[in-house]
Amino acid sequence: MTDTWSVAGRTFTSRLIVGTGKYKDFEQNAAAVEASGAEIVTVAVRRVNVSDPTAPMLTDFIDPKKITYLPNTAGCFNADDAIRTLRLAREAGGWDLVKLEVLGEAKTLYPNMRETLEATEVLAKEGFLPMVYCVDDPIAAKQLEDAGAVAVMPLGAPIGSGLGIQNRVTIRLIVEGASVPVLVDAGVGTASDAAVAMELGCDGVLMNTAIAEAKDPVRMARAMRQAVEAGRDAYLAGRMGQRRYADPSSPLAGLI
Amino acid sequence: MISVILNGEQRQVREGSVADLVAALGLDVKKVAVERNREIVPRSTLKDVALAEGDALEIVHFVGGGC
Repeated sequence: MTDTWSVAGRTFTSRLIVGTGKYKDFEQNAAAVEASGAEIVTVAVRRVNVSDPTAPMLTDFIDPKKITYLPNTAGCFNADDAIRTLRLAREAGGWDLVKLEVLGEAKTLYPNMRETLEATEVLAKEGFLPMVYCVDDPIAAKQLEDAGAVAVMPLGAPIGSGLGIQNRVTIRLIVEGASVPVLVDAGVGTASDAAVAMELGCDGVLMNTAIAEAKDPVRMARAMRQAVEAGRDAYLAGRMGQRRYADPSSPLAGLI
Repeated sequence: MISVILNGEQRQVREGSVADLVAALGLDVKKVAVERNREIVPRSTLKDVALAEGDALEIVHFVGGGC
């Protein structure tokens, strides 16, 4: 049986969502998306360069009919800007599934949860389906869910840091308490980090820099795909218990 | 000609509809979204909305971005 996950009624097979920032060029970006197996990519909404309207566009390289574009509010520091950005995104793309992130400060790129919660409420009332970047706080995650978040996306470490999952306990608590999908958003640096997130029971992982800033982004994209699949399998398989001391794997009976 | 603020910059543009402006800029209307004076202009009504002196317009599209 294929292992799938659903968010707001849409079903996906890949549990890896990748960003489309920081790549050398569109070709490399498209190749990495292909290698990652991702069915969803995050995109930003920005002003068109009106002085060079013929400049190549992301949509020329990654087909929004084949890959779900998830518009993201990266760079927004208050609820109003984020809401305004997503209204434009909905008009540009014609879809309601969006990623909300309202940042608190440039140094840590931690979310401003007060603004995030407020924006989630407004967006949900306007018919949006917001997947929401948040702190690793199980109470805040429930509040977002109550406000209309269709997925909660706690950070595993600061955005772009590549420090790996620093908060296994709180991520697990969020997973246990949530009734919407939980995806680790930010912090993954290498394949084992993605596996850790999946082993904690997350429904998926979102990453950008870990792939885009690898020496070989396409190869890292493939590694991430395998790590997410391995981590998911390990979670479903149910890991062994941990012991404080050794326990032999060979029988003690019949020793010469 | 009238004066509008397009993506944060003052510009002289021909009178007409928002759709006329998008076409004059050489943009594919299917790939952009337009906001006029902080209100979304739905794609279906771009032809019906006339530009006015002093309008603040934002024309956006999707670009690469991550978390």
